[in-house]
Amino acid sequence: MTDSARAVPPGPSDHPSDPPSDPPTDPSSDPAPDTVFGPRPVHDAGNLVQLLTPEGERREHPDYSFDLDDEHVLGFYRDLVLTRRIDSEALALQRQGELGIWAQALGQEAAQIGSGRAMAPQDFVFPTYREHGVAWCRGVDPLALLGLFRGVDHGDWNPLENNFALYTIVIGAQTLHATGYAMGLQRDGAVGTGDPERDAAVVAYFGDGATSQGDVNEAFIWASVFNSPVVFFCQNNQWAISEPSERQSRIPLYQRALGFGFPGVRVDGNDVLACYAVTQAALKRAHEGGGPTFVEAYTYRMGAHTTTDDPTRYRLNDDLESWKLKDPIARVKAYLARSGAADEDFFAEVETEAEALAERLRSGCRELPDPSPLEMFDKVYVEQTPELVAQRQQFAAYLESFEEAHA
Amino acid sequence: MSQITLVKGLNTGLRAAMEADPKVIVMGEDVGRLGGVFRVTDGLQKDFGEDRVIDTPLAESGIIGTAVGLAMRGYRPVCEIQFDGFVYPAYDQIVSQVAKMHSRSRGKLPMPIVIRIPFGGGIGAVEHHSESPEAYFAHTAGLKVVACSNPVDAYWMIQQAVASDDPIVFLEPKRRYWEKGELDDSATSAPDPLHSSRVVRAGGQATVLAYGPMVKTCLEAATAAAEEGIELEVIDLRTLSPLDLGPVHESARKTGRVVVVHEAPITLGMGAEIAARVTEECFYALEAPVMRVAGFDTPYPASRVEEEYLPDLDRVLDAVDRALAH
Repeated sequence: MTDSARAVPPGPSDHPSDPPSDPPTDPSSDPAPDTVFGPRPVHDAGNLVQLLTPEGERREHPDYSFDLDDEHVLGFYRDLVLTRRIDSEALALQRQGELGIWAQALGQEAAQIGSGRAMAPQDFVFPTYREHGVAWCRGVDPLALLGLFRGVDHGDWNPLENNFALYTIVIGAQTLHATGYAMGLQRDGAVGTGDPERDAAVVAYFGDGATSQGDVNEAFIWASVFNSPVVFFCQNNQWAISEPSERQSRIPLYQRALGFGFPGVRVDGNDVLACYAVTQAALKRAHEGGGPTFVEAYTYRMGAHTTTDDPTRYRLNDDLESWKLKDPIARVKAYLARSGAADEDFFAEVETEAEALAERLRSGCRELPDPSPLEMFDKVYVEQTPELVAQRQQFAAYLESFEEAHA
Repeated sequence: MSQITLVKGLNTGLRAAMEADPKVIVMGEDVGRLGGVFRVTDGLQKDFGEDRVIDTPLAESGIIGTAVGLAMRGYRPVCEIQFDGFVYPAYDQIVSQVAKMHSRSRGKLPMPIVIRIPFGGGIGAVEHHSESPEAYFAHTAGLKVVACSNPVDAYWMIQQAVASDDPIVFLEPKRRYWEKGELDDSATSAPDPLHSSRVVRAGGQATVLAYGPMVKTCLEAATAAAEEGIELEVIDLRTLSPLDLGPVHESARKTGRVVVVHEAPITLGMGAEIAARVTEECFYALEAPVMRVAGFDTPYPASRVEEEYLPDLDRVLDAVDRALAH
């Protein structure tokens, strides 16, 4: 079979770009292209957009470039470190019994900070439950994330103030919400005006597992046929709890986009510069009325799915060790140190700031008040129902009866 | 005053709602150029444009899921699910997303979404076109559920549902779509509140409760009973969540006998909840157990036997007789 017989072309970035210095997966797991009819295998290493190697060296790419100065990279470094510190503190708080559960974002910081910092203030985010770094970029207090995982509420930030929707736990459901919101932007004349402070788009986050969900595929169709301003930002962290991405797809996920009628691109998800550049390009396209883009941030979930999970049951330690060499933070630090943009004082300052943040989260988490039992009756409806009024009254009287008994 | 069908009542009501608020949009399968398979949205796209009357891709979860995002952006989507049996692909979006959003956001994200569903049988349709899924939604915290039974209510209730800041599952009795009624839409006419039940025929010997398509059946049963000297009080429940049982309790205390009628399967249907509530509130006034006349606990049958499955005048009167025998 010849290349021309491929059912799916390699995508809009079909340039012979520099190969990543470290292929993202063991090539031996990929069958030779000639043995696969049409589509490429799921871990095909070609077309990975990378602008910063794991060794901290800048790379050029024909389609995507990172144009900001090193001041911004310093900011990214700070974001990355603080995000990881939020994550590790939350993990510790879970182990101490202060959180019911925690979903680590370890290893995915670059995908989240790169995409999160590429957005304009008026853009709107629909996250999964693991977008702690994006939440940070949108100004959501990390303590509000802890509240959710502690079980005091379902997310106490204001989505309309942060332009960051509540975490969504049903896999993929938020991609439709994102698409609907984008349809609203279109109707509000907030797309394609040329005004950079008016034109807006939506970023829908989801994972490799979610690409199997009906809702996600429906969102692709909707956004495509209505040409809605959505960036579908998929963090392919290789694992849907215990299921590898091979169980979700026979082709690289970004190539799915072509079948839906919009471009897909695979970016090194551990490269904050590339994630920034690719997301910015996708957002620009959306802002201008060009419609949706699929971004596959190729990364790795270095922690467990959640604190209830035990990855040693389903994956090899070697795999994890190889991804540690591609750590998203280490390469930025190496770059900044080598370029002279940062000195030891800077790195120490960020560490100090991270420790202060951790301390604030530690004490703040323990002080989060439990909700009153009666609050569960409130806000179920805008207009309260007679049934809930009655149930609330009856339950309040019941609770009071104990207080009287103890008086 | 004008004579309208139930379809026309909905159509006219939707038109009024869209004229009143530019944020109201209609979305669903075939609702645009075709005007809906039952023509409920006939002419709306022509007059309000494709941005406000959206022919969607053929995917129900997508219809409701995108409506959530539109609502977050300040729109008031009116979603059409083409037939009752097609609502299940959207079940997660309705039950886990639409229903919970206001509560989980502690009131920051209201969901002013109307989900219109033609429901019930009696039109000789194939599978999945004759179902009565109301209990699933009435059982779900965060949703409100109403069912209109006649053209005039259809006209008013759809407007009230669109104006509601809470999500409303709006059930339309498809076998009554072509029934006619006299609409007084003059400025002086005022509808009952959306979440209110209504006594549609007064009587003193037994109380018959129904909603949607069964209201007409029960009124016909009451007429037949009257010929035998039995006076039935018929109440159109209209709202299934929240229930408005004040008039029901009042009537039960008067008659001492209550019969609940619906097409949906009997077990864990609306009748079960109503029987429990009437028993709790009116125990000492009851002369007989609350009777239920309902569909059977079977899948909806092939249409050639649907009239055997569906409660009819005789089954209602049989239950009344059993209640009166106590």
